[in-house]
Amino acid sequence: MTSINYSEKIPNNVNLSDDRTLQRALEQWQPNFLSWWGDMGPEGSHGFDVYLRTAVSVDPSGWAHFDHVKMPDYRWGIFLTPGEADRKIHFGEHKGEAAWQDVPGEHRANLRRIIVTQGDTEPASVEQQRHLGLTAPSMYDLRNLFQVNVEEGRHLWAMVYLLHRYFGRDGREEAEALLGRRSGDDDNPRILGAFNEKTPDWLAFYMFTYFTDRDGKFQLSALAESGFDPLARTTKFMLTEEAHHMFVGESGVSRVIARTAQVMNELKTDDVSKLRAAGVIDLPTIQRYINFHYSVTIDLFGADQSSNAAIFYSSGLKGRYEESKRDDDHQLNGQMYRLLDVDNGKLVEREVPMLNAMNEVLRDDYIKDSVAGVNRWNKVLEKAGIDLRLTVPHKAFNRQIGTFAGVRVSPDGRVVSEAEWAAHEREWLPSSEDRAYVASLMGRVTEPGKFANWIAPPPLGINRQPIDFEYVRFN
Amino acid sequence: MNGPVPVEVLRQHLIDPEICIRCNTCEETCPIDAITHDENNYVVRADTCNGCMACISPCPTGAIDNWRDVLKAEAYPVDEQLTWDELPVQDDALAGQGSIGEAAQGAQGASSGGAGAGTNGMTAESSAPVIGGSDLVRGSVVPPWSAAKPYVNLYNHKAPVQASVVGNYRVTDASTESDIHHIVLDFGKQPFPVLEGQSIGIIPPGTTADGRAHHARQYSIASPRDGERPGYNNLALTVKRVTKDHQGQAVGGVCSNYLCDLKKGDVVNVMGPFGSTFLMPNHADSHLLMICTGTGAAPMRAMTEYRRRRRMKGATGKLMLFFGARTQGELPYFGPLLNLPKDFIDTNLAFSRTPGQPRRYVQDAMRERAADVAALLRHDHTYIYVCGLKGMEDGVLQVLQTIAGEAGLDWQTLWQRMKTEGRLHLETY
Ligand SMILES: Cc1cc2nc3c(=O)[nH]c(=O)nc-3n(C[C@H](O)[C@H](O)[C@H](O)COP(=O)(O)OP(=O)(O)OC[C@H]3O[C@@H](n4cnc5c(N)ncnc54)[C@H](O)[C@@H]3O)c2cc1C
Ligand code: SF4
Ligand code: SF4
Repeated sequence: MTSINYSEKIPNNVNLSDDRTLQRALEQWQPNFLSWWGDMGPEGSHGFDVYLRTAVSVDPSGWAHFDHVKMPDYRWGIFLTPGEADRKIHFGEHKGEAAWQDVPGEHRANLRRIIVTQGDTEPASVEQQRHLGLTAPSMYDLRNLFQVNVEEGRHLWAMVYLLHRYFGRDGREEAEALLGRRSGDDDNPRILGAFNEKTPDWLAFYMFTYFTDRDGKFQLSALAESGFDPLARTTKFMLTEEAHHMFVGESGVSRVIARTAQVMNELKTDDVSKLRAAGVIDLPTIQRYINFHYSVTIDLFGADQSSNAAIFYSSGLKGRYEESKRDDDHQLNGQMYRLLDVDNGKLVEREVPMLNAMNEVLRDDYIKDSVAGVNRWNKVLEKAGIDLRLTVPHKAFNRQIGTFAGVRVSPDGRVVSEAEWAAHEREWLPSSEDRAYVASLMGRVTEPGKFANWIAPPPLGINRQPIDFEYVRFN
Repeated sequence: MNGPVPVEVLRQHLIDPEICIRCNTCEETCPIDAITHDENNYVVRADTCNGCMACISPCPTGAIDNWRDVLKAEAYPVDEQLTWDELPVQDDALAGQGSIGEAAQGAQGASSGGAGAGTNGMTAESSAPVIGGSDLVRGSVVPPWSAAKPYVNLYNHKAPVQASVVGNYRVTDASTESDIHHIVLDFGKQPFPVLEGQSIGIIPPGTTADGRAHHARQYSIASPRDGERPGYNNLALTVKRVTKDHQGQAVGGVCSNYLCDLKKGDVVNVMGPFGSTFLMPNHADSHLLMICTGTGAAPMRAMTEYRRRRRMKGATGKLMLFFGARTQGELPYFGPLLNLPKDFIDTNLAFSRTPGQPRRYVQDAMRERAADVAALLRHDHTYIYVCGLKGMEDGVLQVLQTIAGEAGLDWQTLWQRMKTEGRLHLETY
């Protein structure tokens, strides 16, 4: 049993009290975090008792403990998966050496940058989602939103701990700065583009948790392989929490589709205007939301070719997804990878050294994973006897980063002219009318067991509670 | 009680492909690699999974908590599961005969919607609506092998059963703060079969401030299976009046106050019974190590009373009890407990607030009896029961670890073994 000590100001399983300087530094950061949470956390939620999952220990028996918790009293803390004795670095140039328990001097700057970038996404998504509580389609969904938010907050803590503990003064400054930036702020935005987009409505929220939190899963999985042991252990534990976020997204979109399909069958129509009149979200609009969120998210993996990514890998800082389950040499020298490129107005494939394509390798794994889930959404349509199928757009569609930045590519993967793009943009990406329509459906439903008209109830409650369980007590 | 379990029926653990999001959490969690996946599905190997339940609560979707009773020889193989789009339906002829827990048809099965008909995935603890939300996974999620088969969920909040109060008196000293009542409920001709260690749900009348019906509260049964009064269809509860919340703020507990104020003849809405793992072993040489505080005494009283009534011929099983309260006056059933013969039960009391004396908790009493506790820990027929306030759990597990360590036992291994063998049961609230 690796218990988490909740009697301390900062719950932790890292013996924080043994390091007084660190403890004091983090205790100084804590009020800033709380004041950030007060300003930027879920709006108007203070004083609610929410049925939250909290970790009481970091082994399977303890990290899914359910109870009603007053939101602002949630105990954010520092939880690392138990370490493995004699863990070895298992990829890159240091393969076979003992994993680092301290930051190796030569990799310090890179590690700090990786941690700061990961850390920056966590408060960003809380900021992006802060108004959603006011329009939750049910008490069940509201609870899920809060769960996602408190865990993002905890993930921030996880990264801040690493910065404080291992990066001295610049670590502390970076930790400060994490609370200074604001999603979408012109002067001081979040580091990555997708985290400055708005999450204006619940369909966008589900898409975000499906697509963008899945980016989190892949980034965290790659970091969980890291030769820097404290980072690997931290991210491993974060992954167990991240699964819930993807669940919210996958089941959320699935329920929207299920409801739409139900009304399509009742009215025997696929006419968008009739479906909108009936108050559900038509499938073409859902497809456009997919196109948008997918393309914005795959940009998060960075440029297709990157010498930084090569360095991160060869120096053992960031592995591949499921690195330890792959059976190659884990060094990749001399290996090649096929990348997509544009040549003379056409998409072509090109071989590059795999080490330089690590971002693309991770992106491709991500793509496989997201496509599989979209197929599960299609099963909902299939079951309802509806022929339309949802898809993810082509990898080169609507990209802002890497080779395809500035190249116009249709969702089915043709390079198109600026004029053709302009003529079809409204079919391919959500228009302001689409967004306005979806926004018009957003209203607050807070009665237990009741759901907004545009979304089906979930098949199962949280922790097997009934659907009409009081997931949130408003007091 | 049900007939003997046909050995060839397996309660097969399955994952619902319609709900699972393929997040890999279960595969990462399973201690014995019983879970595997391909690009399509996550599945459980029938020949590997031992039903330890470690994967159940970490799964974010609930997809993992599905079970089908199948003929062992016809368990669904991994290859087949990997192709599924939805779960197979339960073969009704086999339903409820599987080897882990008791399948119950009910509200939750219906609510799993697309999850296919038939029995739902309820086993063991997940079958009982979690009202108190106790931490279940540190203890066993399977019953002792010799336990009788329980009935669960016969009555729910939509269709409760009515019981009438036939007795209600205080069992703690009138001068103490702690007001604990012994309440006897009679079910008349309504079937309500229970076993020692099970609990029931009480639906308090009235509504919350904002007009909603109260949710049910759970109470452990304090009497043995044949009734508080043998041969009558009744049972006893040990209910503490809640006047302060866990933080010490003054509150009037809704249900406990309602119960403590009941008069003879009053009618109460009851659901349940709940619980299919916190059950006593029925073989004569099984030892019971019981550790409780306050109203956690209820199930211990039930088990002790059962053993006392049928002091099994030639029984070699020992009963050892550690019981904590703030003062002697606050210990329910203090008198009757002391009247039990010493050769029948080894009773150890710990008082934390006796004026003029150092505070003593159950852990302290256990440490003092370390040699005897260790002897029990060494024994393969020892079953441990912990019940009472949530806060006691850590302390008790820690002292068990210490005692085991000093006795040269590897606690982690022993703990794991006891869990999978249904020999360590925790119920705290
Ligand atoms: C499996 C199980 C078995 C149980 N068995 C028994 C039993 O045998 N006897 C028994 O008396 N209770 C038992 N309980 C606890 C019982 O279900 C209720 O929680 C308790 O009676 C309080 O309910 P209430 O309606 O009076 O208070 P509520 O109105 O529900 O709660 C008021 C406040 O008091 C707090 N509170 C709840 N219980 C306690 C407590 N025990 N001490 C201090 N604060 C508390 C709550 O958190 C809340 O803040 C059991 C619980 C579980 C889960
Ligand atoms: S943890 Fe649950 S949702 Fe995740 S893969 Fe396993 S069964 Fe599926
Ligand atoms: S019940 Fe236990 S053994 Fe079976 S799959 Fe789950 S974790 Fe593994």
